[in-house]
Amino acid sequence: MVEASGAGDIIPPAAVEDVELYHPHSWWTRYVFSQDAKVIAIQYSCTAIAIGMVALVLSWLMRIQLAFPGALTFLDAERYYQFITMHGMIMVIYLLTALFLGGFGNYLIPLMVGARDMVFPYANMLSYWLYLLAVAVLVASFFASGGPTGAGWTLYPPQAILSNTPGGQDWGIVLMLVSLIIFIIGFTMGGLNYAVTVLQGRTRGMTLMRMPLTVWGIFTATVMALLAFPALFVACVMMLFDRLAGTSFFMPAIVEMGEQLQHGGGSPILFQHLFWFFGHPEVYIVALPAFGIVSDLISTHARKNIFGYRMMVWAIVIIGALSFVVWAHHMYVSGMNPYFGFFFATTTLIIAVPTALKVYNWTLTLWRGNIHLTLPMLFALAFIVTFVNGGLTGLFLGNVVVDVPLSDTMFVVAHFHMVMGVAPILVIFGAIYHWYPKITGRMLNEGMGQLHFWITFLGAYLIFFPMHYVGLVGVPRRYNEIGETSFVPASVHDLNIFITIMALVVGAAQILFLFNLAWSLRHGREAGGNPWRATTLEWQTPQTPPAHGNWGKDLPVVYRWAYDYSVPGAPEDFIPQNQPGTYPTREAGA
Amino acid sequence: MAVVLVLVAIAVGSVLFHLLSPWWWTPIASNWSYIDHTLVITFWITGAVFVAVVLFVAYCVWRFRHDPGRRAAYEPENRRLESGLAVGTAIGVFAMLAPGLFVWHQFITVPSEAAEIEIVGQQWLWSFRLPGADGKLGRAETRDVAPDNSLGIDKADADALDDVVIEGGELHLPVGKPVKVLLRSIDVLHDFYVPEFRAKMDMIPGMVTYFWLTPTRTGTFDILCAELCGVGHSQMRGMVVVDSEADYQTWLAEQATFEQLQAALPAATTVAEAPGR
Repeated sequence: MVEASGAGDIIPPAAVEDVELYHPHSWWTRYVFSQDAKVIAIQYSCTAIAIGMVALVLSWLMRIQLAFPGALTFLDAERYYQFITMHGMIMVIYLLTALFLGGFGNYLIPLMVGARDMVFPYANMLSYWLYLLAVAVLVASFFASGGPTGAGWTLYPPQAILSNTPGGQDWGIVLMLVSLIIFIIGFTMGGLNYAVTVLQGRTRGMTLMRMPLTVWGIFTATVMALLAFPALFVACVMMLFDRLAGTSFFMPAIVEMGEQLQHGGGSPILFQHLFWFFGHPEVYIVALPAFGIVSDLISTHARKNIFGYRMMVWAIVIIGALSFVVWAHHMYVSGMNPYFGFFFATTTLIIAVPTALKVYNWTLTLWRGNIHLTLPMLFALAFIVTFVNGGLTGLFLGNVVVDVPLSDTMFVVAHFHMVMGVAPILVIFGAIYHWYPKITGRMLNEGMGQLHFWITFLGAYLIFFPMHYVGLVGVPRRYNEIGETSFVPASVHDLNIFITIMALVVGAAQILFLFNLAWSLRHGREAGGNPWRATTLEWQTPQTPPAHGNWGKDLPVVYRWAYDYSVPGAPEDFIPQNQPGTYPTREAGA
Repeated sequence: MAVVLVLVAIAVGSVLFHLLSPWWWTPIASNWSYIDHTLVITFWITGAVFVAVVLFVAYCVWRFRHDPGRRAAYEPENRRLESGLAVGTAIGVFAMLAPGLFVWHQFITVPSEAAEIEIVGQQWLWSFRLPGADGKLGRAETRDVAPDNSLGIDKADADALDDVVIEGGELHLPVGKPVKVLLRSIDVLHDFYVPEFRAKMDMIPGMVTYFWLTPTRTGTFDILCAELCGVGHSQMRGMVVVDSEADYQTWLAEQATFEQLQAALPAATTVAEAPGR
C-alpha cells in the first residue's frame, strides 16, 4: 500500500513530561557506579569479554588434549572435565547472555527507541554489579579447594554433587550454583528494565511496529529470559539444598562405590526438565538478539529495507513462544516417557518454519540491494552461512529417532557450536564493527578487521563442519580421550589434530581483535555521527558518543519505520526515522 | 569478489567433503537401518537447502554489490513470495518429520517375543543379568545392594535365583532375536551406547529405562558410556558379543546363576567381615 507518510497524523502529543535523570557529580558516579545505560553497557561488555577470554583459553587446552592426549601433563581427566564445564557455562551464560542483553541491550534499547535512559537506572546499575559478583564467585571456584565443578555445563545430578565428579563434594558445585543464583537475580533487575523501557519508554511516534528489529530481538529475548531463568533458579536452589542440607529433590537411593548414601526418593530427571525448560529458551535468548541485530546490519549495509518486516517481527515472537514447548528434545534418550518424543519432535520441527522464513528474508533483503561489503556486512554474510548450517543439523537432532544415534556424540558438539556459538558470535563481531563508531566516535581499523574476519569465519567453519563427521563415526562427546576402540579409524585422530590447529589459530585471531579495539580508540579514523548513513535513532544523536541523557534538550520525534532505505524520490538513499517528510513510502504494516 | 568465491567454495566444498571424506558411520549391526535411512533423507534435504541458500547469497553479492550509481530496490513485502516459501518449507519439514515419527513408533514398540535382559551401570563398570531358565528377571533394588550382592537382587524372589549374573565380563546376545534391554543404574546417570546398534538410552538411578533391538550380524562390539558419569567416564568400557544361536547356548551354559554365586560367597564374606563381629 502506498501512502504519504507525514508529520502530525500518527504523532501523539507528549503524554508525560520529560523525566529528570540522575546526574552524576563525581568521577565515581560517572564511570564506576554509573546509572547511565551506556556506561553500564560498556561495563557489561568488558566484563563479558574478559571472562569469555578465560573460556577461550580453556577451549585451547581441551582441544590440545583431544589432539595430543597427555601432551599437557597437568591436564588429567579431572581437569579436562572441569575445563569443558567452565568453558560451556561461561560461554553460554556469562558471555553470550550478558553481552547480548546486558551489553547490546543496555546500549541500544534507550538510543533506538528514543529514550533518555532505562526506566529504572538504579536497578540497572545493581544489575551490573550483581553480574560482576556472579563472575567473581565463578572465578573463585578455580581457586577453591578441589577446583571448579566438572559436572558438564548441564550440571546433571546426582553426579554433579557426588564425590567422583570434580568439585562435587568440594566447593566447585556450590560456587557454581551460587554464582548462577546471583546472576539470575542480577539479570532480573536488568531484564525488567529492558522490557519496561521498550514498552513504556519509547519516544513519540515510535510505535511498536516501527521499532528496529534489533530492539524486537532483544525485547523478546528479555521477556523469554524473565520467564525461563526462574526454572534454572529453582533447580539451582534445590540442588544446593541436596548438596548442603541433605535433601533429596534430585537424589534417589544411591550406592556410591559400595556405600549406601543417605538420599532417597528424588528424581534426577526432574532436574533435567527444569534445566532444559530454561536451557532451550536460552538458545533463543542468545539467538533472537542476533537475529534482530543481523537484520539491521544487512538492511543498513545493503541500503535496502528489511524484506518482510512484519513477518520478521512475528517470526521472532512465534519462535520465542514455541521455544518454551520444545525443551525435552534435549532428553530423547534421557529415559523420560518415550511418548513425549512425538510431541517434542513435532514442536521442534515446527519451529524450523519461522526460523527458515527469517533466513529467506535476510537473503531476499540482499536481492536487488546495493551491497556494501563493509565489515559488518561480511560478518552478517558469515552469520547466514554458519547459522543455516547449524540450524539444518538441528533438524537431525530434533527429529527424535535420528537423534538417537547422534545424541551425546561430537555431532551434537559441532551442531550447537555452529548454531549458538559461531553464528551469534559472528553477529557480535559484526555489531561491534557497526556500533563502535557510535560508542567511541572512531572507526575500527579496516585492515586488522579484514584479517580478523577471514581467519575467524573460515577457521570456525573448518573447526566445526568436519567435527560433525567425528560424531557420525560414533565418537562420544565429553571424552578426554577416546583410547582404544574397534570403530574409530586412525584418520579421525588426524582430523582432530587439524581441528585443534584451526582452534588455536582462530583463538589467536581474537587477540588481534582486542588489539584493534584498543588501538582504534586512539588511532581510528574519526567517524562522525552517522558513518553508515543509517536510519535508526541512535545514529541521529546530537553528540557522538551520545552524551548523558542521549538527546540534548528535546527528545526526537519519530515519523517513519526504521527501514526507509533507497526510497524512490528521496534525495538520499536513507531517511532517518526522525526526519519528517512526505515521500511516498510504503511503510510495512501501514 | 573474494567473498563470492569463498561462499561458492563453502557450498561446493561442504558437499564434496560429505561425499569424499572417509568418515562415515560404523556398519550397522542391528535392525535399526530405518534410522540410517531417515538420517540419509535428512542429509539430502538439508544439504540441498544449505547449498541453495549459500549459492543464492553468493549470487546476490555478486549481482547486487555496490558500485557508483546503483540504488537498491524498495520492496517492503511480497505476500505471495513469503507465503509460498512458508508452505514450501513446511512441506520439506514434514518430509523429514513423518518418516522420523514413523520409525520412532517402531523404536518404542517392543515386540512381544523380545527376550528381556538387564544392564546395570555403576562407576565405572558394566554388569549384565539374563533371566535364566524361567525367562523372568527377579526383582532388584538399589537399597538391596550390599558387598555380597552388588546388583541389589532380591534374594527372596524365587524368579531371581536362576538369573544369570555377569559382572565385569562380556555380554553375549544371540543373532536375529529381538531383545528388550532394561537399563538400571545404582549410582549416577550412565548411557548404554554401542555405536553399531544405533540405539542408546540413559540409565537413571531409581528407575528402569529400556530400548529394544535385534542384532543382525555376529561380531564383537565396544560398549561405551555416553553420559558424563564422573572422572572415569571415558574409561567405562565393555564388550558385547553377538553369537550364532549355537555359540550363544554354549556360552550361556558356562555362566553362573545368582544362586550359584551366592552359594560360593559365604566363606569369603565371613573372612572379610570377621574382625567386625
